[in-house]
Amino acid sequence: MLHIVNKSATDRGSLESCLAMATKGSAVLLIEDAVYAVTKGGAAAAKIQAAAADLKIYALGPDLAARGMSGRVLDGVNVVDYGGFVDLVAEHKSCQSWL
Amino acid sequence: MSEMDDMDEGSGIIKKFMFLNRKAPHGTVYALEGLEVVLITAAFDQDVSMVFTDDGVYQLIKGVDTKGIEVKDFSKTYRALDGYDIEKLYVDQKSMDARGLTEEDLIVDVTVLSVDEMANLMAEQDVVISF
Repeated sequence: MLHIVNKSATDRGSLESCLAMATKGSAVLLIEDAVYAVTKGGAAAAKIQAAAADLKIYALGPDLAARGMSGRVLDGVNVVDYGGFVDLVAEHKSCQSWL
Repeated sequence: MSEMDDMDEGSGIIKKFMFLNRKAPHGTVYALEGLEVVLITAAFDQDVSMVFTDDGVYQLIKGVDTKGIEVKDFSKTYRALDGYDIEKLYVDQKSMDARGLTEEDLIVDVTVLSVDEMANLMAEQDVVISF
């Protein structure tokens, strides 16, 4: 299953809800303001790194760049472009958007 | 006294305005709209302070490239604020620390305040507007 989160983890609880529900082997794609969660030194960094043991964590590159965060991405996070976003949706049987 | 006299008298009043920015840029329209309102307020010669706290500190990050998401890069506008006599820019220390950010990461010179200092600054304002 693919989980998509678009809200900042320091503003809303959607990333936390997502990580609590995502089962082993699932993919989590962070887009829009959610991309701050995968940046070094951020409040959610430890949670993301712990989650990366069981989940595949992706972040949308254009959203990182637009926020000046391209150079701060945590190790173990896969950065994808819009084509990669489409591939992820196509590869997974179902999607859940944590609005 | 005519209506016109009333207006002339009113136009001389300078109030202390604080614009409190708490949202990250791009994900919502708050940051961009807030910036527009700040510029309008300054055009009326008001005493403007801009405060960046919580995710609002992300508005001031340098090294932004918005081409990929096809939106305006308004981060450069913060650098033009001093041209509008808006020189009071404050960021919250705790919000910066929580996001692993330092003053070096920001596109403009700011004054970093503790929560207590921020609270005092807010208390002395005539108007507080939140975005």
